[in-house]
Amino acid sequence: MTPQQAREAVAEALKKAAPGSDIDAIDADADLRDALDLDSLDFLNFVEVLGNASGRRIDEDDYPELATLSSSVRFLSGP
Amino acid sequence: MAEFRMPSLGADMDEGTLLEWLVKPGDEVNKGDIVAVVDTAKAAVEVECFDSGVVDSLLVQPGECVPVGTPLAVIAPARVPAAAAEPVAAEAVEPTVAAAVVAEPAAAELAEAHVAAEIAVAERPAPAPPSPAAPQPPLAEPPVVASPLVRHLAQQKGVDLRKVHGTGAAGTVTRADVERAAAGRARLRVSPLARRLAAELGADLAAVTGTGAGGAIRAEDVRRYASAKAAEAAYAPAGEAAHEAAPAAAREAPAPAREAPAAAREATAPAREAAAERGVAMRRAIANLMARSKREIPHYYLSSTIDLEKMTAWLRRRNRELPVTARIVPAALLLKAAALAAREVPQLNGFWVDDHFVASEHVHLGVAISFRGGGMVAPAIHDADKLSAGDLMAQLRDLVARAREGRLRGSEMTDSTITITNLGDRGVESVFGVIYPPQVALVGFGKVTSMPCAVDGLLGVRPQVVATLAADHRATDGYTGARYLEAVSRLLQKPEEL
Repeated sequence: MTPQQAREAVAEALKKAAPGSDIDAIDADADLRDALDLDSLDFLNFVEVLGNASGRRIDEDDYPELATLSSSVRFLSGP
Repeated sequence: MAEFRMPSLGADMDEGTLLEWLVKPGDEVNKGDIVAVVDTAKAAVEVECFDSGVVDSLLVQPGECVPVGTPLAVIAPARVPAAAAEPVAAEAVEPTVAAAVVAEPAAAELAEAHVAAEIAVAERPAPAPPSPAAPQPPLAEPPVVASPLVRHLAQQKGVDLRKVHGTGAAGTVTRADVERAAAGRARLRVSPLARRLAAELGADLAAVTGTGAGGAIRAEDVRRYASAKAAEAAYAPAGEAAHEAAPAAAREAPAPAREAPAAAREATAPAREAAAERGVAMRRAIANLMARSKREIPHYYLSSTIDLEKMTAWLRRRNRELPVTARIVPAALLLKAAALAAREVPQLNGFWVDDHFVASEHVHLGVAISFRGGGMVAPAIHDADKLSAGDLMAQLRDLVARAREGRLRGSEMTDSTITITNLGDRGVESVFGVIYPPQVALVGFGKVTSMPCAVDGLLGVRPQVVATLAADHRATDGYTGARYLEAVSRLLQKPEEL
């Protein structure tokens, strides 16, 4: 995934996990769970959509990489 | 002829707005089918039918807001000869149907009129206000035996004496009967257990004589009524008239009342405004219920720190092998353990009604779900103790999604036998909850954190959670509560068996 694709995928996944949230207003380095008030089920939805969009398996061990917008984009556009 | 009534979708609900019919006259329905969507202060709720049969008529139109207990539809028995289906004397059944149909569209005005009448009476002897009820059928039956005072009261309250069931000597209508009839039309006071029982037994609550405080209908009243009705059915001649009367009465319902007032306008108002209104209504509903809980329930609280090393390790191994969709979050295992423990300690699983505890045979786990904009609901996962961890997880996801979309079912709103709140995701260590009446216990879980602790005589660091119990001291003592938390802890040490 290119960084641009990754950014779009993350935005899309957050829209599904936290409907009605203003994703544009989130700081790129803010903790997503705090900023969007995600509980563990919301986060699982986020991971699920992200996994489908990117086509890569996201393990629980990878969750720390998905803490913020910028880290998520780095993770998805990385090797 | 059964009535489908506005259900009470929680102890905090007084009225509801019918949003949508999912059936129409002539449709066959089975017990448990979702037949309507009702808007409460908390959410739009899909409401199940308590009877099987054919929809005879719809009495309330979408957009109308009516008190709990108001008949919404008439369900006729399916493919059964009319006479055999309801072998109760016409007098016993028809009057309640007709009375309800005629009176209910104007229920709000009626209630106001009652209040006005009562105030007037309290201040000075006032002439009876004109009856707000719809035109009555011509007097045909012999007059009912009632004292002049009772007649006067009935006139004041707009109660038709011929439709009141007399409980005095030789069937005399007493003052209390009239009061009850008047109160019953505005809103039936029914204990949750009685309501459930009535639904199961197919008893018409409007016809049940309540013996609780202020004429409230208690479970034993329903039982008594049901057995009396069964006995009556064995002797009474078939009442053909009952079946003819209801549809006719429905047609006669005053038309203006059907053009729903405020509620319909709200539906067209901007969504944001509606959401804000719901927020206010929900806050009020929560306020009422929680205030009642703290007023009535003597809570006691226990807490216990539970080691989750085994659960966390098992979950990690399990989830690593599975696709995201099959993953289980720790909260689901905590719920499962809480459900199994409730089965082990049944004294905490059920309801406090009529000054005693009634244990539930099922463990319907209420799960506190918060909304992003504030507010919460605690719908039930049915028979949570019998679900596998994977199934429970799937149901939890489904329930949370539907709760947030405002698509919960009526049974989910009312059936919880014990409630769990999990604020671990928000970082709190422990939560001491407020019990949902008439339940008698609320279990809380905090955040799963790595904590230093003694392991085999050495200092170790292990994932732990603080489990708490808020319980009703009327129903149980601390010792029973302690056994519950002990069971939760023990169950979580064998996660593979959950």
